[in-house]
Amino acid sequence: MSQHRYLPHTPAQIDEMLRACGASSLDDLYADVDPSLRLKGRYALPDALSEVEVRRGFDALNAQNTVLTCFAGCGAYDHYTPAAIQAVMQRSEYLTAYTPYQPEISQGTLQYIFEYQSMMCELTRMDVSNASMYDGATATAEAMLMAVNASRKKRRVLISATVDPKTAAVVNTYARYHRIAVEVIPARDGVTDRRELELMLGAGDVAGVIVATPNYRGILEDLSGWADLIHAAKALLIINSHALTLAWARPQGEWGADIAVGDAQSLGMPLNFGGPYLGYMCTTKALMRKMPGRIVGATTDALGQRTFVLTLQAREQHIRREKATSNICSNQGIMTLHAGAFMALYGAEGLRELNRLSANAAHFLARELEATGKMRLTYPDKPFINEFAMTMADGYTTGALLQALREQGILGGVAVDDTEIIIAVTEKRTPVEIDQYIQTVINL
Amino acid sequence: MNRKLYDKLIFDLSCPGRRGYDMPRRLYDDIELPDAVLRQQAPALPEVDEPTLVRHYTNQSTNNFGVDTGFYPLGSCTMKYNPKINESLGADPVIAALHPAQPASTVQGALKLYRMLENMLSEIGGMAEFTLNPFAGAHGELTGLMVIHAYHDSRGDSARTRVIVPDSAHGTNPASAMIAGYEVIEVKSLADGTVDVDDLRSKLDETVAAVMMTNPNTTGMFEKNIPAIADAVHAAGALLYYDGANLNPMLGVARPGDMGFDVMHINLHKTFSTPHGGGGPGAGPVGVRKGLEEFLPSPRIRRRGDGSLYVEQTSDTALGRVSSWFGNYTVFIKAFAYILAMGADGLAMAGKLATLNANYVMNALKDVYLLPVPGPCKHEFVFDGLADKSTGVTTLNVAKRLLDLGFHAPTIYFPLLFHESLMIEPTESESRETLDVFIAAMRQIAREAAETPDLVKSAPHDTPAVHPDDTEAALHPKVKFSDL
Repeated sequence: MSQHRYLPHTPAQIDEMLRACGASSLDDLYADVDPSLRLKGRYALPDALSEVEVRRGFDALNAQNTVLTCFAGCGAYDHYTPAAIQAVMQRSEYLTAYTPYQPEISQGTLQYIFEYQSMMCELTRMDVSNASMYDGATATAEAMLMAVNASRKKRRVLISATVDPKTAAVVNTYARYHRIAVEVIPARDGVTDRRELELMLGAGDVAGVIVATPNYRGILEDLSGWADLIHAAKALLIINSHALTLAWARPQGEWGADIAVGDAQSLGMPLNFGGPYLGYMCTTKALMRKMPGRIVGATTDALGQRTFVLTLQAREQHIRREKATSNICSNQGIMTLHAGAFMALYGAEGLRELNRLSANAAHFLARELEATGKMRLTYPDKPFINEFAMTMADGYTTGALLQALREQGILGGVAVDDTEIIIAVTEKRTPVEIDQYIQTVINL
Repeated sequence: MNRKLYDKLIFDLSCPGRRGYDMPRRLYDDIELPDAVLRQQAPALPEVDEPTLVRHYTNQSTNNFGVDTGFYPLGSCTMKYNPKINESLGADPVIAALHPAQPASTVQGALKLYRMLENMLSEIGGMAEFTLNPFAGAHGELTGLMVIHAYHDSRGDSARTRVIVPDSAHGTNPASAMIAGYEVIEVKSLADGTVDVDDLRSKLDETVAAVMMTNPNTTGMFEKNIPAIADAVHAAGALLYYDGANLNPMLGVARPGDMGFDVMHINLHKTFSTPHGGGGPGAGPVGVRKGLEEFLPSPRIRRRGDGSLYVEQTSDTALGRVSSWFGNYTVFIKAFAYILAMGADGLAMAGKLATLNANYVMNALKDVYLLPVPGPCKHEFVFDGLADKSTGVTTLNVAKRLLDLGFHAPTIYFPLLFHESLMIEPTESESRETLDVFIAAMRQIAREAAETPDLVKSAPHDTPAVHPDDTEAALHPKVKFSDL
């Protein structure tokens, strides 16, 4: 083949290097691979493309994607990404680095993770954060495993029916082969039924309880007294929340949670067709050594400088192998830089204002949609920030609604079924877009 | 690197009243939320302006070492160059704006890329089907093992409670087996680093669900007995799992499917050039041989008769979900762009040059470093410390001295087969000139170990941080700003 732009070796160098190795050809280095195992011929893949051809190929594919005005949520929210964050994320000293196992030359990575951990602890009001999980769903599943391990012998985990079904599905996948019984706490009027929870706790053997606020339908659940109830049953309280909402709504630490988990995509991460997002996990001091994932800690170096290192690694797979708290190794890494920079740029007030703007617009849209008489809030008395569920009036379906909106270039939400839809509004939606949504419903 | 001039946390730059954002005006009536669900105390987040923030993270980045900064010979991590076009495509504004719940008709391009990459990986792995959903290598291992679990369960073969891993395996293997609900059994390695087939045979029975192998293994040796191993594993009714962390040297040479592997994962952030990001996001696609497709996790991308693609959210026989959506999508774009840029022949050349680079470095250093497993190696090899054991200079000292000389350290004290493991993987991205400078540095350290051992033992001397106190960090954990 001709010289490839990513490969520095010239043919002459290859020959010299082979000679230094006592080999006469590159194939010589594979003499131990039996011919019967060898690939016959070459991969059935295209020939190498030049950079301009790669871009053209991608552009052709991308032309088959349509950007819609986004009123969908369900775990992925269309908040604005400040340009400054994109700029620092592209610093290749960060982007092309490995896990910071050599702290002497990894202070950049270690410091931004430490900052992220600090800010997540502030946001959740918990004692300690790890250096990230994959997404909110796997973070919740790992929290379940952590609760079961902390309880030693208990095998029941309760999960509210109001948790996002995608998250519940991942929890179930992780539970299945651990013989953990995941039982669903029924919902009543859109929120977790507390009386049912009490009954289920009463039956004993519960290691943990998983609840979400805002829940799948965007409802902020009132979890007052839950921690006492659950701790009395010697179980752990796991609360899943979208990170941005915590700047305004009551965070896990203020509810008395033992483990705080969720997705931090709402901190301005691009939708990117589902990823990369960022799972977060925080916990109490008491449970710190049971937490999965990497943790960065502060110390000093020989020069007396404040220095950051990966710490408490005795929990991790590369040290403990099958006795580790988790198998997690690579996580969402640089997405914590995004989250940290986003929180720093907006600060407490900015994050609350993002919630406010989104909430004001969402509530306006909900009111106006109700006024059309064609749909109504499924749970009109329940508090929400920027996401809400609506039920179609007789004669109208979510399918027809979404189709009509799509024709206007609008992604109208996520249909639960033929009659119910979940709608999310962010600060990015303009009055024109919101009015267009309303007009489309009026014209249905 | 300017740590001496700049040593701040973003919190240290905070000043009350500063802000780094602006916001659209409030156009709608303010809403109220009940007190019970409202936050009581505001989070103590930094208050910074935009220029301060940008300068902070830019300054901090200079205290970091990436592939773009220099040579990163980190064994089993495949720190190859991350092409810039990949980043450019991965940051595409259209992709950035695609919601994962969009109707399939509006994201045909995104779904096609997903399918095409699945198919390319199936061709490279010699597998029937791939899923791209798993987020990382360890997540792929976990998913693959759960696929194996689901397969055995589907046959009513539920007595298989154990997974065998070689003692040379990556730490994630036993940990993933544990998280997948299995008991872990270790199989020994022979002196040449390959699996002891007799020991493996003696441990295979009807309680074994799977055997996990890395090929080439973590000593960089090709497991040439793999056909016999595969036969023995299959005869016992177990499945053979391929840890794809070391796939790079096999590109274009031999495919895991053809070696007899049933299930595998691939680290896109290793073999397929997507950046490691200081720990992620990566991607750990999982492939299966024919007959196991139905056990792959949801969602799957499927093709209709008319050629259009759709998202299948549920399936009765599927494993269930391992992710909220489709995985780390932009990582797929980057890997896809890499495969297109390399082409079939370029990939094969990359694998072979990775092997050439490793052998070149190994041969140039084996007189001064102890080579426990003679080559030829594949993409990586392991030294058991310095050849001269009289100096008292350890592998840790060598690794730290390399930092002074401008290199990232190799992987150290892994694999666990040797006391002083120093595991070097140069990758095909490194030029002969770079390797020669590295070789000279390694020889210099060997010389220093004999002549001025204290210089090596007290390294590093010239890095942004010097000898951080790990014990203090673990004894009195300070894990957030308010702990300081």
